[in-house]
Amino acid sequence: MKSLTEIVVPQLAESLVSATIDKWLKQPGDWVNIYEPVCEILTDKVNAELPSTVAGKLVKILVGKGETVPVGTAICMIETEDAGDAEASADLQPDYTGSVKASPPIAAAEADSEDAPMRNRFSPAVQQLAAEHSIRLTDVHGTGLGGRITRKDVLAYVASGAGKANLATGSNASVTTQTAVDAAGQVRSSGLHLTETPRLPRIEVEGASASRGDSFIDVTPLRNTIARNMRQSVSEIPHAWTMIEVDVTNLVLLRNKLKDDFMKREGINLTYLAFLLKAVVNAIKDFPIMNSMWAVDKIIVKRDINISLAVGTEDSVLTPVIKNADHKNIAGLAKEIEELARKTREGKLTLSDMQGGTFTVNNTGSFGSILSYPIINYPQAAILTFESIVKRPVVINDMLAVRSMANLCLSLDHRILDGVICGRFLQRVKDNLESFNLESKLY
Amino acid sequence: MAAMDYIDAIRLAMKEEMERDEDVFVLGEDVGLKGGVFTTTKGLMEQFGEERTLDTPLAESAIAGVAIGAALYGMKPIAEMQYSDFMFPATNQIISEAAKIRYRSNNDWSCPLVIRAPIGGGVFGGLYHSQCPESVFFGTPGLKIVAPYRAYDAKGLLKAAVRDPDPVIYFENKKCYKLINDDVPDTDYIVPIGKANVLREGDDLTVIGYSLPLHFVEQAAEELAGEGISTQILDLRTLQPLDKEGILDAVRKTGKVLIIHEDNKTGGVGAEVSAIIAEELLYELDAPIMRLCGPDVPAMPINPPGEKFFMLNKEKVKEAMRHLAQY
Repeated sequence: MKSLTEIVVPQLAESLVSATIDKWLKQPGDWVNIYEPVCEILTDKVNAELPSTVAGKLVKILVGKGETVPVGTAICMIETEDAGDAEASADLQPDYTGSVKASPPIAAAEADSEDAPMRNRFSPAVQQLAAEHSIRLTDVHGTGLGGRITRKDVLAYVASGAGKANLATGSNASVTTQTAVDAAGQVRSSGLHLTETPRLPRIEVEGASASRGDSFIDVTPLRNTIARNMRQSVSEIPHAWTMIEVDVTNLVLLRNKLKDDFMKREGINLTYLAFLLKAVVNAIKDFPIMNSMWAVDKIIVKRDINISLAVGTEDSVLTPVIKNADHKNIAGLAKEIEELARKTREGKLTLSDMQGGTFTVNNTGSFGSILSYPIINYPQAAILTFESIVKRPVVINDMLAVRSMANLCLSLDHRILDGVICGRFLQRVKDNLESFNLESKLY
Repeated sequence: MAAMDYIDAIRLAMKEEMERDEDVFVLGEDVGLKGGVFTTTKGLMEQFGEERTLDTPLAESAIAGVAIGAALYGMKPIAEMQYSDFMFPATNQIISEAAKIRYRSNNDWSCPLVIRAPIGGGVFGGLYHSQCPESVFFGTPGLKIVAPYRAYDAKGLLKAAVRDPDPVIYFENKKCYKLINDDVPDTDYIVPIGKANVLREGDDLTVIGYSLPLHFVEQAAEELAGEGISTQILDLRTLQPLDKEGILDAVRKTGKVLIIHEDNKTGGVGAEVSAIIAEELLYELDAPIMRLCGPDVPAMPINPPGEKFFMLNKEKVKEAMRHLAQY
């Protein structure tokens, strides 16, 4: 059995949509082998020989020399002996006519219109139109799939004027539907699922009203740490506070006697703070509970006495630690104080300088305070401040005397410590300070 | 006014914009000396010199990066991705830098950049010369995306993209280059970004699409008119931002909508168009929203039957349109 096969212009390169026949290499009547060139073609990109896809006899040329045709156009017919090939290629065609093969079911449904399974499935558009025009949908003829009433069916029904009669008989119903439609019209469609993203609530931008020269300071990591520690301490530790007055007249005399020699010998100032630290450390030795911390189900009493020393700068306060303060004499403490103060000023404190404190002393007198309410250096149990030394009239043995006086303030963790023990502790610090005299030794 | 091929309209737009504004320049692989692999930039180097037609290394990330840098500096680069398939190495630059710089700098900086990239298959291009990557970039706030179908829009949209102060991705269809030919004025006009265009008026069904498949839709609509089916055709033209009002108006007219694109169905532009319609127009729909798109397979096959299966064509489109019209 003989059959005809078309040779088509192939897709020779991307973006090419057409080609021009340059020259026919075979003429009608010629025998053509498979892959044998039948013509030369020209395109924007390439010039090429076009091979035959089958073996057979060229029977007809469809596109002449010099003509330009789109890709896919048949340019000649070849008669082949083998019917199989031709049928196979013909079979391919229907396969590609689309994945949506809806025609047969549609035809079937229409033929089956007596059943009309879609007759009572009304689309939203149909219902809306029916309501708008007060139409009984049972009166409308459906032309859609499965006898469905389409939007156009309703419009055609309205246009035909068939619905007018209904309007008169069912006026009550039409009033209600009419108002419903009006309301719907105002909310656009459903009003529930509009595509716009819901409006975000207006957010007050901090500082938006700061128009009168307010300025903002960025919070440094150090400031942030201070803030966090302070807040944690105040919110977790129930603070209590007490104060005692100390007569340091003898201490003042002692220091005045020794300070110049000490400066010559050690090269540093002999401060009151060194004496205070010694007095505090010795008192802690007598009342070890002052050197402790709260651990929820127990209280940890620390063996080492490491005094945190609050050292202020322009914009921060740090608490470097004098480790094993009980092992040091007054001169040693004075040197430590000097060293830590210098490191703080120069910003050279290391992490180890800051760790391990068990009790904090703050020399608030250095900036003129006579009374302060310190916040405990978390997680310690207490903090003591040393206020300014001022000369005041004091009654001693029913006589007035001018004495050098200083206040010591103590904030305490009331979970660990109570008034009695703290009173005794402060009394011991006071006794230690007042017992310094001109014979006391620094070393 | 003369009929002009789609590719010539693109070239003309670049030429006119480069003549108009010295800050406009093109860069990409082979865009200079060779004039582009599709000849899109042919003649630009001769006219404007090699400093305004930069031949770049084969590094799309660098093409996008250089273009973004130049744009931030005030230039108006047109960066060419030789095939949109090669665009993915530049995705980070485009999505993370170009799209975000205005937001990130609190409106202080902008990126007036155009990225041209040919999309689409049916050209015997196989896996790496046929992709439609719209959905990769679609939905990225900060990017505008246009995809012209007609030569008229190809010129007008490219000029609008060049003049836009923000990054615009210009997806041109490589199969349209020589296939689509229509009247293009030689005047200086732009097609506004964000406006869809009604290609054909009708009242039986609405077809919404963009780029090449509209060619098949127009052919099918013409044939279906003979069967008494009248079709409304909407060319989106801009994919981002979508012309919501245009879409809703087109759907309202018929209540039946078919959305068509070559990019695969799942997560494509059609999904968003469909969602907009479902959210806004439930009570005006007369049939389920339909989509006809590329299949959800990894890539265009190189074998001709496979390619034919993958691609949309007039017959497939016509079947789907008839089915919806009869619903």
